[in-house]
Amino acid sequence: MAGRVRLSDASPEARGVPTSIGRPGPSPVHRLNPLTKATLATVTAISAVALGGLAGPLILVATAVVLPAAIAGVLRRLARLSLLLALPIAISAFLVNVFFFPGGEQVLLRIGPITATAEGLGFAIQILVRILAISGAITLFYLTTPPADLVVDLERRGVSPRIGFVANASVQTVPAMVERAMQITAAQRARGLDTEGSLWRRVRGIVPIVGPVILGSIAEVEERTMALEARGFARPGRRTLLWSPPDSVFQSALRWGLLVALLALIVARMTGVWA
Amino acid sequence: MTLTLQGVGYRYAGADQPSLLDIDLELRDGEVVGVAGASEAGKTTLCLVASGLAPRTVGGRIRGTILLDGENVDAWPMHRLSGRIGIGFQNPSTQLSQVAGTVFEEVAFGPMNFGGTRDEVVARTWEALDALRIDDLAERDPQRLSGGQQQLVAMAGLLALRPAHLVLDEPTAQLDPAGTRLVADAIAALAADGVSILVTEQKTDLLAEVATRVVVLAEGRVVLQGPSADVLDDARLIELGVSAPSAVRLRRAVTEAGIDPERLRG
Repeated sequence: MAGRVRLSDASPEARGVPTSIGRPGPSPVHRLNPLTKATLATVTAISAVALGGLAGPLILVATAVVLPAAIAGVLRRLARLSLLLALPIAISAFLVNVFFFPGGEQVLLRIGPITATAEGLGFAIQILVRILAISGAITLFYLTTPPADLVVDLERRGVSPRIGFVANASVQTVPAMVERAMQITAAQRARGLDTEGSLWRRVRGIVPIVGPVILGSIAEVEERTMALEARGFARPGRRTLLWSPPDSVFQSALRWGLLVALLALIVARMTGVWA
Repeated sequence: MTLTLQGVGYRYAGADQPSLLDIDLELRDGEVVGVAGASEAGKTTLCLVASGLAPRTVGGRIRGTILLDGENVDAWPMHRLSGRIGIGFQNPSTQLSQVAGTVFEEVAFGPMNFGGTRDEVVARTWEALDALRIDDLAERDPQRLSGGQQQLVAMAGLLALRPAHLVLDEPTAQLDPAGTRLVADAIAALAADGVSILVTEQKTDLLAEVATRVVVLAEGRVVLQGPSADVLDDARLIELGVSAPSAVRLRRAVTEAGIDPERLRG
């Protein structure tokens, strides 16, 4: 097709990549290299578990989650999303620890054979803070890093594009499935499906929606695979990248520093140097 | 640049019967060949075979010979073929990579896979966007476009690989009239620029407008073929489960009513 297509006034060679691609993010946190942010989120999540007591994880949440989120201007969204993410596990962990903490002596409440103890409450709060640190770190990364940026950065570092593609496409599939579910819900309701009313009615209403959503997604997989094959995705060798997120020696040192600090923390905890 | 199918037959893995039998077809420079037929006639299978996806990606067994500019492509891997033959499907959303934040990145996805220089990828991408006159969409999110626009983006993604041949499987099946218009204009423009196109369609109005030749399939075999005006006016179409174009049906209705169709002109 070379030389056959109709060109616009400016020749393709004269135009570069559109300015919106790879445009720096709105805040210093957004502008960090995606791998730096991924390292920060990973180190925060693991440190929250490794650190003992309540003060350490609390300081971690304040400095590694709340402060960067405030700088990035995403604090409210982060609070909402990380609570949503953590709520189911947080509630169950809280109840189990409050009511079933082994060896608790200071009784706060007794409901039949179940007893809530002060020791259990204290431990449950420690668990809650850790869960919030983990969900907050993950949410902060998600809110400040477009998935494609991380994929491009990993690919630049030699990671297989297939791995990046699978990770990125999985994230991108969620909104597509939500949209499909909404369309199917509207179509089923138009045909008389009752999705409102009592809890039982709602549950019954979900069944005819979930089936088409999942089966439809599976049916599309083959066509998606063929579309990718038809565009050379299976070709061996490195892909060309249009841009890559900026990195610096400082950020590289920061990443290594964080990993070394995490390793030191784990070793200190395991050997009892840090009780 | 010619794509030739000689005595091609194809059977899906696990199928009792072949889905294509003894297909002889030639697609020459700048030619648009329309493929019509009832459901299950073998239109999609013909697209998969002509593009090389069957059996390479789909599996199954193929007979006969496929030649690209006289060269047998039996041993070619899919990525080598995809640089010469592009294939588009009917659902625009499944053709998008889902990893591109902008239309520009979506269209560049193919050339990026082939690992050329960055400047070459950028030039090819603009060239494809220009060819379909969608360069103004370059910075838009592909997931937020209309179905017609997404179909054009998908086609641009194929064109960016600079294929000599395009295979389009019912590209307007899920589009409204405005989207269909966009795709029809694009097919005509690409053919004028020398790209040869094999397009399957239930909408014979589209074939009447863009195709130079039409092939009609039934039970996996070619049962009618010739210049589009002749084939689409053939009285046997209805028996083959293909609706004639609206202009043909109107002319027949007018004639049956005893009115000279020539009086309706002008």
